[in-house]
Amino acid sequence: MKIHEYQAKEILRKFGVPTPKGVPCFSVDESVKAAQSIPGKVWVVKAQIHAGGRGKGGGVKVAKSLDEVKAFAGQILGMQLKTHQTGPEGQKVRRLLIEEGADIKKELYVGMVVDRVTQKVCLMASSEGGMDIEEVAAKTPEKIHKIFVDPETGIKNAEADEVAAKIGIPPASVPQARAVLQALYKAFWDTDASLAEINPLVLTGDGRVIALDAKINFDSNALFRHPDIVALRDLDEEDAAEIEASKFDLSYISLDGNIGCLVNGAGLAMATMDTIKLYGAEPANFLDVGGGATAEKVTEAFKIMLKNPKVKGILVNIFGGIMQCDTIAKGVVAAAREVNLSVPLVVRMKGTNDEMGRQILKDSGLPIISADNMADAAQKIVAAVAGK
Amino acid sequence: MSILINKNTRVVTQGITGKTGQFHTRMSRDYANGRNCFVAGVNPKKAGEDFEGIPIYASVKEAKEKANVNTSVIYVPPPFAAAAIWEAVDADLDLVICITEGIPVRDMIEVKDRMRKHNKKTILVGPNCPGVITPDEIKIGIMPGHIHKKGRIGVVSRSGTLTYEAVGQLMELGLGQSSCVGTGGDPVNGVKHIDVLRMFNDDPDTEAVIMVGEIGGSDEETAALWVKDNMKKPVVGFIAGVTAPAGKRMGHAGAIISGGKGTAQEKLAVMEACGIKVTRNPAEMGKTLKSILK
Repeated sequence: MKIHEYQAKEILRKFGVPTPKGVPCFSVDESVKAAQSIPGKVWVVKAQIHAGGRGKGGGVKVAKSLDEVKAFAGQILGMQLKTHQTGPEGQKVRRLLIEEGADIKKELYVGMVVDRVTQKVCLMASSEGGMDIEEVAAKTPEKIHKIFVDPETGIKNAEADEVAAKIGIPPASVPQARAVLQALYKAFWDTDASLAEINPLVLTGDGRVIALDAKINFDSNALFRHPDIVALRDLDEEDAAEIEASKFDLSYISLDGNIGCLVNGAGLAMATMDTIKLYGAEPANFLDVGGGATAEKVTEAFKIMLKNPKVKGILVNIFGGIMQCDTIAKGVVAAAREVNLSVPLVVRMKGTNDEMGRQILKDSGLPIISADNMADAAQKIVAAVAGK
Repeated sequence: MSILINKNTRVVTQGITGKTGQFHTRMSRDYANGRNCFVAGVNPKKAGEDFEGIPIYASVKEAKEKANVNTSVIYVPPPFAAAAIWEAVDADLDLVICITEGIPVRDMIEVKDRMRKHNKKTILVGPNCPGVITPDEIKIGIMPGHIHKKGRIGVVSRSGTLTYEAVGQLMELGLGQSSCVGTGGDPVNGVKHIDVLRMFNDDPDTEAVIMVGEIGGSDEETAALWVKDNMKKPVVGFIAGVTAPAGKRMGHAGAIISGGKGTAQEKLAVMEACGIKVTRNPAEMGKTLKSILK
């Protein structure tokens, strides 16, 4: 689960990580009032969307007067902000963060991920802040320093001090840097985060260490124990179809193609998408209907897929183990009837009661095309959609 | 011979009284030698009772003492599953198979850390996995027994139904399986492809192996590099997720391309470079395996 920068900063402040003074705003008026409440002569007007690259896309502006705050807020609020992470349509900006301008002496980078090899949280720090960390990793990997954190102890003092020195924090500021690094890890750990990035972490002119930007993603498996984080969810930033699907316990991801897929099992679902591409078309979505594919779930899945105007055909691929193919077949028939299906449908079923399932499809009288194996299924749906 | 489990394995089911635990204990008990293998359950609140004749104990330790179990299968819900894993490891069982999907990653980090620090020998399979089956002897998990048959092909996979698809294809070609291991879809977990391949390498009854992987992490690459220098038997592979977009979790918590790493293309390239014959067509997994048999 993703959250906005201003929400991530609120969380960091709770754990003792210093950030610039800032106020989230939903209108130009609020933005001006916020700037008035923040002492100083320089403010930063920042678009709040879940994607990165906002600065380059024109969503971050430095204002040197209240008039400029007003003008920039007016420009950025409501804009369709396009960045390298939003996709070509961009994302509409509905929230702003008005922040005090910081006196930046040095820009550093700190990130945290779960390292799958060591099976620990890895804190990465670099003197190359404000830049694309993937570029740094590719060109100058020696500039990235890592701590694989012991989950029992958190970041040890010596570890923190060593990294702080390596990324260029002057000795006078090392105690602060240590506190910040340890607090960042604690925030990550206690909130069940899956990813965090402070880019840049800044050393100010007067020797303070503050988080100038913050991005935190959370482990969806742990949200059940963080209702306060769930409350931060912004549905405007999520894909409508994916939101709809999650209501019915369907694992769904929107893609760009024209063939809808309904499969049981994530690995098989990915393999099904891959087979469609192999035979010359593109999948419209990933959809794992899971182990309990009832008629209701299949119907909801069809409805969600068909809301997508790009979908010109549907491929159902089911391997029935505990799940019985005749049960799925009944669900598919009921769904096709309920949505008045008018695009080609290919169904491939294998496993428990597959013969029975195929018979049910045949007896339904609906124009459902049966397939024997995944290649056959993909070829048939691609051909049907192409009008052959 | 098979790996990890056989008809003499003695299993305790943690979460036996829940709906899922009940259903799958029944199915496993009724498969092959299951009746002699599934000998205990755990539920501290129902100790002394039984599930359809299978005695329920208060703890894994008690099940080990009284029923001589050496393996556990876990169906406990996500908030408590990591603790259940630790309980089985702490009782020094040989093997723990955790089926549960949805365990917080932090909990798994803690359990694995504790296992390493205490130098525990228990083998963990999963979590978020379909389990392990040695066809015609024993199945521990949720896979459909009837699609398998005993043979000489080892199967190792991160998936559930995609594994059954591979098994189904092998069956159509008359090829049976020595053992099938689902390592699961989570990012922090137990055995990886490399560990299972080592076991198949040492198993006299396994002649060849099919490894099925997916996007995310680097298990397949690590396994491939080991195969190149150590594997005495032919290995074929398939990786799901060539069409997966970056940054999105594709169902499995561990199936995510992160920072440009963990793509299917990368994995396939490394596997091929290490002498593993791969197919990009999931309908040809069985055929590809057959093509490398002597």
